[in-house]
Amino acid sequence: MDMASLSSNLLFIAFVAYLVATFLFGGAVKSSNAQSTKSFDRWGKLAITVTIIGFIANLGYFITRWVAAGHAPVSNLFEFTTAFGMMIVGAFILIYYIYKAPALGLFALPIAVLIIAYASMFPKEISPLIPALKSYWLTIHVITAAMGEAILAISAVAGLIYLLKNIDLTKKTKERFWIEAVMYVLFIVVGFVVSTVSFSVANYSAEYTYISKDETQHTIEYTMPALFGMNESVAITDNAFEPLVEMPPLVNAKKLTSVVWSILFGTVIYLLLRLILRKRISSILQPLTKKSNSQLMDEIGYRAVLIGFPVFTLGALIFAMIWAHEAWSRFWGWDPKEVWALITWLFYAVFLHLRLTKGWHGKKSAWLAVIGFIIIMFNLIAVNLIIAGLHSYA
Amino acid sequence: MDKIVCACGNVNPAGTALCESCGRPLNEETKEKKIVDMRYEGSARRSQTYNKTIIDKVWNFFSSVKVGMWIIVSILVAAAIGTILPQVFYVPATNESDIAAYYERIYGWFGTLYYELGLSDLYSSWWFQGLVGMLGISLVIASLDRVIPLYKSLKKQKTKRHISFLKRQRVYGIGKAEVTEDSLLKAEEKLKSLKYNVKREGNAILAERGRFSRWGPYVNHLGLIIFLFGVMLRALPGFYVDETMWLREGETLYVPGTNGYFLESKGFIYETYSKEESNEVFGDAIDRVGTIAKNYQTDVALYKGPENSVAGHAEDLTFEKNASIQVNKPIKFDNFSVFQMDFRLDELAKMKFQLQDKQTQQSFGEFTIDLANPQPLYELNEGYKVEVLDYYADFTGFEEGVPQSQSPLPNNPAFLIKMYSPEFPKGETSFVMIKETVEPLGENKHKIAFQSVETRDVSGLTVRKDLTLPLLALGGLIFMIGVAQGSYWNHRRIWIQLLEDGQTVVAAHTNKNWLSVKRDLDEVSKIAHLPEYLDQDDLDSLDEKVDKEEGV
Repeated sequence: MDMASLSSNLLFIAFVAYLVATFLFGGAVKSSNAQSTKSFDRWGKLAITVTIIGFIANLGYFITRWVAAGHAPVSNLFEFTTAFGMMIVGAFILIYYIYKAPALGLFALPIAVLIIAYASMFPKEISPLIPALKSYWLTIHVITAAMGEAILAISAVAGLIYLLKNIDLTKKTKERFWIEAVMYVLFIVVGFVVSTVSFSVANYSAEYTYISKDETQHTIEYTMPALFGMNESVAITDNAFEPLVEMPPLVNAKKLTSVVWSILFGTVIYLLLRLILRKRISSILQPLTKKSNSQLMDEIGYRAVLIGFPVFTLGALIFAMIWAHEAWSRFWGWDPKEVWALITWLFYAVFLHLRLTKGWHGKKSAWLAVIGFIIIMFNLIAVNLIIAGLHSYA
Repeated sequence: MDKIVCACGNVNPAGTALCESCGRPLNEETKEKKIVDMRYEGSARRSQTYNKTIIDKVWNFFSSVKVGMWIIVSILVAAAIGTILPQVFYVPATNESDIAAYYERIYGWFGTLYYELGLSDLYSSWWFQGLVGMLGISLVIASLDRVIPLYKSLKKQKTKRHISFLKRQRVYGIGKAEVTEDSLLKAEEKLKSLKYNVKREGNAILAERGRFSRWGPYVNHLGLIIFLFGVMLRALPGFYVDETMWLREGETLYVPGTNGYFLESKGFIYETYSKEESNEVFGDAIDRVGTIAKNYQTDVALYKGPENSVAGHAEDLTFEKNASIQVNKPIKFDNFSVFQMDFRLDELAKMKFQLQDKQTQQSFGEFTIDLANPQPLYELNEGYKVEVLDYYADFTGFEEGVPQSQSPLPNNPAFLIKMYSPEFPKGETSFVMIKETVEPLGENKHKIAFQSVETRDVSGLTVRKDLTLPLLALGGLIFMIGVAQGSYWNHRRIWIQLLEDGQTVVAAHTNKNWLSVKRDLDEVSKIAHLPEYLDQDDLDSLDEKVDKEEGV
């Protein structure tokens, strides 16, 4: 087996291990109370062992891909997002050994699984480096930044557990609405994965020509039925799906189509689950958090920001500035990705100040942690896909 | 305002909430609290004490964390708005009307609105820079307001603290445990082995570690202040150069912004990955994407002219060095860096023509026009010559019979030419374009026939000098030290006291990471048999405890 296929097999093993470990953590969470410490120990130990096996396989993927490509596998959206998922698991293992909270695994691992699944929807082949990325700073900057973001993500996981445990889901409140909204957003990501996989299994492909904003003609390949057509689009493929709405040249209708399909699939899956279980998703998850200590979750949420913030600053701002000065001649250029890294940094600075001096503990702090993760994901997904800038490599 | 004298005899500055020495609460508000606010040790901050003069008011405004947070949130929101559409410096237009037209053409009414509101150049707007400036002021004042009293307070704290202070700590326990002199000694020893600084005063122990982490926030704020100061310095002349230049192959040009440096382009190299020569694993990617760029490189020679030499005078140059400028590998000299930023391939450089008889196509000589520097006259065979009356480098057509050129770049060269021959000593006029000729003054006998063309590549280079970089690096370094100091260490204190009535008190405080200080305390308790403590903030555990006591 060559290096490249060994690498993708290792990633698959890691993916499966994380899924299995999620259920094992579920078992650990259910049995974790004073009476059954032994059974918790058994489930908990098994769960963390499987997680570590998965993580080692995941590291194996990373190293073998590095060897195969000759550069750190963080050079496009698939590679970066996968590395981010892996580092979330790494950060979880780190925090787990400090605080021994199984509920953290129960929520962190599915998020890592979802992120790796999301990553796998993008072109996966190993690509050579374009001139702008040929620098050892690629390795240093991207890996440090991803590590910082991953540790910060654990803060959001702890926040989520805190909120699920402490929000009264029997009363109609704003909090109840928003926590369910967070769940719904996770389902949209599931919707993206399911729709992409479904259409790719069905081998759907259709080509269209269109007129771009500089008034030249291009062709574009859709891998999902075109809900939205590009500007003045004309089908090339026979029997191609006739777009329902044609978009102006400014809008990338192909991306819009895949966003809308994700929302459609996600919503259908979400509604089906709600119909079958006759409960809010947050209500289904709430019992799993009942045995977590709120104080501990609050502390983990804070500690993760404390550990992650300096790493993020170093990777996403300082190393970024040094590299930007070498590659683009200026250390700061207000490129959207830079700006959103700054926004993330400012946001966590606010988080720390509000917590330290305004006493924002508990729910407020937990909500901020969740919002922080949303900003990180916005920078990862939306800024790359929607706002074009120097960083859109994928 | 008056100083406050505590029952213990310590004289505290006005506005102090907790006696610097013994910790007694000094005002009603503090006395009513179940857990005391330990953030600044209850010290007297200027902003909390004075509010009379205008200086007080300004000081109080900027020292407020709330105000600071609103400034940060405003910057954050403004920064986000600036990413909705590309900023002007990413827009392919240079003058105001072109920029406005660009936003309207590409983004419609929203683009116009965005442009009109000044959001297209948001980051250099006065109000955005004003916000950043306010943040800088806030950093200075808010830090000074806190760090000085905090320092004094921590320095003055006594080992023996009053019970009213101890019982208002989050981690607190009291009880008639069997604590003897011996167990206090054991506790001291254990605390020392846990790397605490232990002080003893009678029956009181104060164990403290990591106090320096309390300075972390102020150190990192200092780093940020230095960084912002460095950014401001850029506005001063001489600190900062940001120029661009287009350098053609074979050309030697003055490097703008420098004093007397010249660059000669020896060639531009553009390479892409080919399936044959690349690593096998890249095959799929190359197949899918098509062309993947591998290298953009300008090979240059650097020269230094005499002092005060000016653009266009490439004389008396002394050779300095050869270099290959690549993306990520600028050439560096004398605080300047020149970066490979852009390129244009195959720009027309020279055009070769023949003067011919239109009918017989007999040639009367060849001439080559250097498009960067056309000669007025080209002598050909005996009695034949060609005069270039006018040159239009980027010809776009005629407007009211007058030829137009939209730029000095030879994208579409055209020439107004006079052809002299023995038959026509006064010359025949011809307007020569690529693939076309117009004879504006009537039918000619001769013509200019295009023969061949030479092209060359053009490198787009950016010239940069930034003397503020060392200061920015220093600011960044200090920030990182401060933020690590404040995040990765924490200030823990454990108090143990034997009271006169025979009870033992334990209390603990940490600025963060309560789990660890509780673990430390547990270890000490095990050896010294201290009374059980409560985390007065941990509602879950408190509930559990109540449940147990009620026998649920």
